[in-house]
Amino acid sequence: MTTMELTRSVAVQDVRSRRQRINWAPTIILLIGALYCVLPVLWIVIASTKSNDELFSTAPFVPAFTGGFWTNLRALFTYNHGIFGRWVLNSVIYAIGGGLLSTAIAGAAGYALGKYRFVGSTVLFRTIVAAVLLPQIMLAIPQFLLLAKFGMTNNYASVLLPQLVSPFAIYLCKIYAEASVPDEIMEAARIDGGSEWRIFRSVGAPLMLPALVTVFLLQFIGIWNNFLLPFVMINNDHLYPLTLGLYGLMIITGGQAAQYSIVIAGVLVSIVPLAILFLSLQRYWKIDLISGGVKL
Amino acid sequence: MSQSRALGRSTAATSATKVRGRGGLLPVLLVAPAVVLLALFTIAPAVYAIFLSFRRMKVGRGLLGGGKPTGVFAGFTNYAATLTDSEFWASLARMLLIAAFGVPMTVILAVVFALCLDAKRARLVGFARLAIFLPYAVPGVVASLLWGFMYLPATSPIGGDVVDYFGNRGIFFSVANVVVWGVVGFNMVILYTAVRSLPKELFEAAELDGASELQIALRVKLPMITPAVAMVALFSVIGALQLFNEPTTLKPLANAISSTWVPLMRVYTDAFVNNSIYEGAATSFILITMTVAATVLVNVASRRITRRQSR
Repeated sequence: MTTMELTRSVAVQDVRSRRQRINWAPTIILLIGALYCVLPVLWIVIASTKSNDELFSTAPFVPAFTGGFWTNLRALFTYNHGIFGRWVLNSVIYAIGGGLLSTAIAGAAGYALGKYRFVGSTVLFRTIVAAVLLPQIMLAIPQFLLLAKFGMTNNYASVLLPQLVSPFAIYLCKIYAEASVPDEIMEAARIDGGSEWRIFRSVGAPLMLPALVTVFLLQFIGIWNNFLLPFVMINNDHLYPLTLGLYGLMIITGGQAAQYSIVIAGVLVSIVPLAILFLSLQRYWKIDLISGGVKL
Repeated sequence: MSQSRALGRSTAATSATKVRGRGGLLPVLLVAPAVVLLALFTIAPAVYAIFLSFRRMKVGRGLLGGGKPTGVFAGFTNYAATLTDSEFWASLARMLLIAAFGVPMTVILAVVFALCLDAKRARLVGFARLAIFLPYAVPGVVASLLWGFMYLPATSPIGGDVVDYFGNRGIFFSVANVVVWGVVGFNMVILYTAVRSLPKELFEAAELDGASELQIALRVKLPMITPAVAMVALFSVIGALQLFNEPTTLKPLANAISSTWVPLMRVYTDAFVNNSIYEGAATSFILITMTVAATVLVNVASRRITRRQSR
């Protein structure tokens, strides 16, 4: 009894002393990496507090407290009758709508491919794996040409529809369904008289929730960040997402340094909400799905 | 497209009779939306692009003069036009130059950061992981604008008045840096989860044998996460081939970037500025072929490496 206590206290001491010694090399490397990733964002935050004159005249990493921040934000949101707010809204519509729908589609398809064997399921799965390798972005122009042939471009649907199916998301859902929806539970539910649809709704889908959250976040960010697809599909600036709007703003104001502070404020507004959203949701992601699921 | 439609039909026909009781129609209904959308928005556009790539515009010369321009079969002329155009190869070379710097950087930095995160008694781990992951949430276009201001002499906090970030040589580094900045955190998290899932006993055994922390990281951990490293490399290669957002966004700021600077910009310019969609289609098909070839190549290489190690 006493020896056990003794060894335990020794072990605790050992852990404590080990904890006090900092392993400097990795810590410094991580600190440099963190600075590299954070400093540009920090600079944008600071630059957004400055008026245009201050932007060029004051020290880069010293914020201004002359009220420039609100002036810039007001200038941004009143620019061209408040079109910036419209772009934010459009991005939200594209990313949430597209994210939810594509998650539902990928979840359903992944569940079916993972838990059932039906004629053509193997061929279909192989086709999807092959499609993972096909870069979606390269399809943007063929997609435009085809949609234009049927007069279906320049609306919300032309940006939403091509992004609804993600082969990679289906692949992840299939792997996850196979691993985490046990046949025994499905069998038990069948014996209890549950229909296959009911089993999917009340057994399969809840068990797949971690994968669905991950797929939603990946799709949300993918759509939010997409540029080429709206760039080719949309030529009405009321339908622009943020990325395209900011690019347009930069093109218009590109030659004139007098407009930089508006663009800087726009960059800040497009980073901060997404950064907060996704850093706060970070622990709900299962990124190990990606590294564990894909076996080369 | 017709193949996948036939596939869908045969699936529907047999599963209703054969596999009833083990799912019935449900699996077919569940995959149906994905199959339809995949056919409409992936397979059909690809097939249509191939179709277009073999055609050219012919202006009708009727007896009365004028007439509507029509598409006619053109054989491989569009492919020949792209493949013999020196600017196409130049754009490919620029892309490869950026990839030659960017891909190794994203992979090596991600490996280093992942191993540091896993190192014993390293501090600031949680903060560093979040900070390095942060740029992944920043859209490529916004990241390019952000770095654009960092590079611009007038606003640069990193010595843009001394270093010419938009010069003919500097521009390659500048574009690659935006890409690396955006991707490295995502790669790091994938590799970190791979390291974390390794059995701890192995490191303890190596430690008892007198291996240093660095040796364990490089000789034990790194070889065991090779498949994840290969996957990250594959993602980065595919990403490099799709380079478009960053140079397009930096173009208004940097004179060194032309409208056909990288292959995808050329496809865009062909299709929408020069109004030669047929040549654009041929070029995009050439690019898709190259991407698939590169993917297969990385795959084979990584398999060979993994096999050699397991021996």
